[in-house]
Amino acid sequence: MSIEVKHLSKTFGSFKALEDVSLRVNDGELVALLGPSGSGKTTLLRIIAGLETPDPNPESEILFHEAHVTASPVGKRGVGFVFQHYALFRHMSVYDNIAFGLRVRPRANRPSRESIRDRVNHLLKLIQLEGFGNRYPSQLSGGQRQRVALARAIAVEPQVLLLDEPFGALDAKVRKGLRDWLRRLHDEIHLTSVLVTHDQEEALEVADRVVVMNKAKIEQVGTPEEVFHQPASQFVMEFLGQVNIFRCRVKAGTASLGTLTFEYPNYQESSEKDAIVYMRPHDLEIKRRQRNEPGLMAKVSRLNPAGAFARVFLHADGVDEIQVELPQDQYRELALSPGDVVYVYPKNARVFVPDFVI
Amino acid sequence: MSRTFRQYSVIPGFGLTLGYTITYLSLIVLIPLSMLFFRTAGMGWERFWSTISDPRVVASYKLTFGASLIATLINVVFGGIVAWTLVRYKFPGKTLIDAMVDLPFAIPTAVSGIALTAVYSKNGWIGQYLEPMGFKIAFAYPGVVVAMTFIGLPFVVRTLQPAIEDLHKENEEASASLGATRLQTFRYVILPAILPSLLTGFAMAFARALGEYGSIVFISGNLPMKTEITTWIITQKLDQYDTEGATAIALVMLLSSFAVLFTINAIQWWISQRHRGVS
Repeated sequence: MSIEVKHLSKTFGSFKALEDVSLRVNDGELVALLGPSGSGKTTLLRIIAGLETPDPNPESEILFHEAHVTASPVGKRGVGFVFQHYALFRHMSVYDNIAFGLRVRPRANRPSRESIRDRVNHLLKLIQLEGFGNRYPSQLSGGQRQRVALARAIAVEPQVLLLDEPFGALDAKVRKGLRDWLRRLHDEIHLTSVLVTHDQEEALEVADRVVVMNKAKIEQVGTPEEVFHQPASQFVMEFLGQVNIFRCRVKAGTASLGTLTFEYPNYQESSEKDAIVYMRPHDLEIKRRQRNEPGLMAKVSRLNPAGAFARVFLHADGVDEIQVELPQDQYRELALSPGDVVYVYPKNARVFVPDFVI
Repeated sequence: MSRTFRQYSVIPGFGLTLGYTITYLSLIVLIPLSMLFFRTAGMGWERFWSTISDPRVVASYKLTFGASLIATLINVVFGGIVAWTLVRYKFPGKTLIDAMVDLPFAIPTAVSGIALTAVYSKNGWIGQYLEPMGFKIAFAYPGVVVAMTFIGLPFVVRTLQPAIEDLHKENEEASASLGATRLQTFRYVILPAILPSLLTGFAMAFARALGEYGSIVFISGNLPMKTEITTWIITQKLDQYDTEGATAIALVMLLSSFAVLFTINAIQWWISQRHRGVS
């Protein structure tokens, strides 16, 4: 079941939550809406669900499997919605929570008591909570509650699964486990899913495609690899992953930062212009000695070897702090200590000229 | 052993405050109420029974309990709507309406009694239209219900408001997204969540209606066997220096009020146990 939205806008009072947003989610895809808070991602999700209505506009359309659902209420859209704070019914047992959507159906298409029981038991098994049916939400951990909420949402066999920061209220370790579990579940049941998150790691790891949002608009849509390695805008570059940001000058196809130069064929004019160069910490190399090509001379100010990569913080004339991530073996080989003078070589850099984005 | 009750606290004084609590409750509540038992104990069983089972008195019980129940049920429904409106919506004049809910608390009951009588009697603003249509309110059964509804309203609204504020809108959205109708969402999601508070509001409004005097005696007209409330009978007995008779009936009221509160607390306890899922 594909989802398509066209020209959606939403304002709350004077606040623009969405501005002419269009998006297509293909059948069976897991798409993550990623962005900082206030970027409009939750509003977009809620409009898809039918929990919010877009601003009236003849061009706005919401299509599920090419059929208009713009006017149908949430209960008729066949969506499963998972809330950040679970929204489980506190006074119902786990079993009753999961069975709720089946039991409230009109008598004509309500499953029999036995088939409801089979379905709930099957789902309890799927969320690895067999034997928890009689418990109440207050007796479960956060991760267990969210799994129950997920089971409740898919119990009604929705055509689309929408998740609003589903792991936002959980601690890091549980989050990671659930994220992997969600991905495996998606591979099993292939339900078209849209996940809202502000956690870039989560989005990049779980989703088939990532939609990066900022200030009520979509900045970029692409696979995790595309948005990470070919960011379409400064915002995406800065939002995804760690990045060193330096001001530089660009002129006649070349940007220069101190002794470093970068090619920038998009700007060929001979007048100098301000630009910004972005370098990811893992795209920088550190050498004790200067090589033939020009490197940036810098001084080691701080070291943090804890983690999969060792982080080195450097200081150079004319630029702010530089952050470099080194593989542990390289870090040991270099044997750096604060105060050492080193040369930095960028393996990869991206230049953006404000108002002149690639 | 006494040490086991001690808990560390930045504000110490467990012994002092507990002592104060017990003394205070004894002086204010327990001793005066126990006097009822002692006074009636001197009466002798036969005279006690004939006093409390006098047909006029029994008629007053029926009126008091019946009208209280009707008034409280009216309040549960309409007070519930008031509480819902005040919590869920923003509209101009909201604080004013919110303050208005407290008026029955604040106004001296005799004042509200006179006001209600003036409005609902034959020449009053509302009574002049209702009475020709056959609805006699003042000096009849409905008058008692109206007065009891009036004084009970704030109890229901004020106990429900925090419970409604506590409701998570997400729960209702979840219910709707699962395909429940609005009625089903109310019945299965909202009502169970506010039920304990609804019961508390019910109990308080009911107890208040049972014991109300000032606002009812004007509008009821106090017709023997018809619109005499029990508290009116008690004061009548006192006016005739029949203190023992008055305390005997008062004891009946005390015990029945206690029974009502106890039952409702028991129901609440049962609900909370069920939801905690001790099963």
